[in-house]
Amino acid sequence: MLNINDLQASVEGKEILKGISLRVNAGEIHAIMGPNGSGKSTLASVLAGKESYEVTGGNVLFEGKDLIEMAPEDRAREGLFLAFQYPVEIPGVSNINFLKTAITEIRAYKGLPPLSSREFMNLLKEKQELVELKTSLVNRSLNEGFSGGEKKRNEILQLAMLDPKLAILDETDSGLDIDALRIVANGVNKLRTENNAFMLITHYQRLLDYIVPDFVHILYDGKIIKSGTKELALELEEKGYDWVKEELSVQASHSL
Amino acid sequence: MSKDQELLESLASGEYEYGFSTDIEMEMAPRGLNEDTIRYISAKKNEPEWLLEWRLKALTRFLQMEMPHWQSFDLPEIDFQAISYFAAPKKKQLNSLDEVDPELLDTFAKLGIPLNEQKILSGVAVDVVFDSVSVATTFKAKLAEKGVIFCSFGEAVQNHPELIKKYLGTVVPAGDNIFAALNSAVFSDGSFAYIPKGVRCPMELSTYFRINAMNSGQFERTLIVAEEGSYVSYLEGCTAPMRDENQLHAAVVELIALDDAEIKYSTVQNWYPGDKDGKGGVYNFVTKRGICKGNNSKISWTQVETGSAITWKYPGVILKGDNSSGEFYSVAMTRHHKAADTGTKMIHLGKNTKSRIISKGISAGKSQNSYRGLVSIGPNAENARNFTQCDSLLIGDKCGAHTFPYIESKNSSSIVEHEATTSKIAEDQIFYLNQRGIDTEKAVALIVNGYAREVLNNLPMEFAVEAQKLLAISLDGSVG
Ligand SMILES: Nc1ncnc2c1ncn2[C@@H]1O[C@H](COP(=O)(O)OP(=O)(O)OP(=O)(O)O)[C@@H](O)[C@H]1O
Ligand SMILES: [Mg+2]
Repeated sequence: MLNINDLQASVEGKEILKGISLRVNAGEIHAIMGPNGSGKSTLASVLAGKESYEVTGGNVLFEGKDLIEMAPEDRAREGLFLAFQYPVEIPGVSNINFLKTAITEIRAYKGLPPLSSREFMNLLKEKQELVELKTSLVNRSLNEGFSGGEKKRNEILQLAMLDPKLAILDETDSGLDIDALRIVANGVNKLRTENNAFMLITHYQRLLDYIVPDFVHILYDGKIIKSGTKELALELEEKGYDWVKEELSVQASHSL
Repeated sequence: MSKDQELLESLASGEYEYGFSTDIEMEMAPRGLNEDTIRYISAKKNEPEWLLEWRLKALTRFLQMEMPHWQSFDLPEIDFQAISYFAAPKKKQLNSLDEVDPELLDTFAKLGIPLNEQKILSGVAVDVVFDSVSVATTFKAKLAEKGVIFCSFGEAVQNHPELIKKYLGTVVPAGDNIFAALNSAVFSDGSFAYIPKGVRCPMELSTYFRINAMNSGQFERTLIVAEEGSYVSYLEGCTAPMRDENQLHAAVVELIALDDAEIKYSTVQNWYPGDKDGKGGVYNFVTKRGICKGNNSKISWTQVETGSAITWKYPGVILKGDNSSGEFYSVAMTRHHKAADTGTKMIHLGKNTKSRIISKGISAGKSQNSYRGLVSIGPNAENARNFTQCDSLLIGDKCGAHTFPYIESKNSSSIVEHEATTSKIAEDQIFYLNQRGIDTEKAVALIVNGYAREVLNNLPMEFAVEAQKLLAISLDGSVG
């Protein structure tokens, strides 16, 4: 589904991604971990097409198409979804109106007619129950005055509504209380199918207790320095990043 | 910066949709302004002697007045002698809609204003002013059942002279300002509405203005009188063809609310703004004022200003009755080289009077957008209250937003609050919407509509949707 090949990217002339390669197949869940500032959000933003990040090398194929060439809205319409680490507020725009616009645009791209109001409201009701989001929140302006946790849950509602092929969750777990974490994780587990894939960016093993990843990758200083299965996350939790760094420097000295 | 920035700029330079003109036989006064012009207009309209005298006095005042200098934009030289002050489709004196020139019906159908009563938005009566004359008023009979008078100004002069004589110029006197004086001298037509005591007007009233003729101006007058305990909601809409030269629109609107009466007045103004280089466009210099004459009365202005080369107006309320209240809700959007200097005047005279001002400016392109507002509290206005909120949204970095609040308080028990914000559409907001499959053009329209929500919510339902589309279209680079 997603094939990242030696991806390099910089912002304001500063190189941040230094050659990332990663392959995500349908039905898989990948966890991406790594210390603060290592480039996790940058990777997510580059994949979603944020303009201030310049791709300086490598390439990315999404369902066989060149992702980097596509406008951000087309990437979304092709089925790439990013749950933001810091969702923005858009005052005065109702959550419902926004969701309806988004779904209409995505459907139009696929040559489908807009949902009728009734179909839309039924879908909304179903998905809202899935993420247990209060109707009062759904009726409010988009993220305006939402608490940190409410914003994160609203991201998951959008994910459920838009039903993407690949969903990247950038620290959706941080800022969630323990009940909300369970609800979000359950939501993701229910949305998971043979045909879609998830990339979970997280700092905490806790999330991975609920959503069990197929692969875990450690991003460090703009590179994936270690990949493994779910045991890697446990080991990391136990030993900390210093352990990976040490391993890395040992490798480096060997290769000298 | 970047691609986003370019897109924003191209969005801000979309073309005008209502720029076509109608080819129709017109009767026009010779260009120029003097006593003969006034006599010509008055005779054409078969007016009583007192009204001619009133016009002539206004002309004298006009000739003595000078152009103001305090405004925030460069006021272009206006050659008052180069304008024709009267233009009317030749066929006049219509008895029913069937007699309206099909060419005209076509024009209004294109503008989305079907004049055919069966097709018209249900629950809205429309008076249509084409250049200098009212060409049609719908639903007259239905309104008459309730005693509501809704007709063209010219007709009111013929059929209800006592009402016109009683109220004309009582809220906006002829000498109020130079454009009000000009209007008083040369006004051609407009709308008149009278709501009798205790009547809730059964439908929205609306007037649709269109300037068509070349080298002409539009100088209409609107007068609305709401008797004790009555209620009316009124809406005006305006467009003009694309012309290279500037056209002058100098209207006067007077509202009178007696005890316990309420008038809600909404404007969706979309005069031709000129092209992207600043050529042509309508000068929209309008004087609008209401008086809450009776106790517990209420006047509310809502305006969505998306057109005109220059918009210059301050719809205000004189709060004379005790416990009366005035509201002003405004969205003013400027783009290209346009300018807007608009706001309100709330004059608190009575006790416990309240006013609320919500102004939302949107500037794009190289435009300049100013809010100018006066809140004046008189010595007898015990416990007067005002709340003002003035927000500015900037699109791109070549435009400007300015705020000039004036507060005069002569009563220490009054409370006046003022809040102001300036913001930009953040790139992060656009990216967020892009990431959900919404392109930048639609994203900007969504954000702008969200920003204007509080004002749009005050429009009557049918028009809120229209206004929302208009804001989107005015930003849209691709709609022709
Ligand atoms: N717009 C920007 N301008 C300058 N530096 C930036 C910009 N965006 C990101 N960076 C830098 O790039 C590096 C990677 O940032 P990124 O947000 O991708 O880290 P992260 O792995 O998501 O960290 P965290 O775990 O704290 O969320 C950081 O050093 C950050 O300061
Ligand atoms: Mg991050």
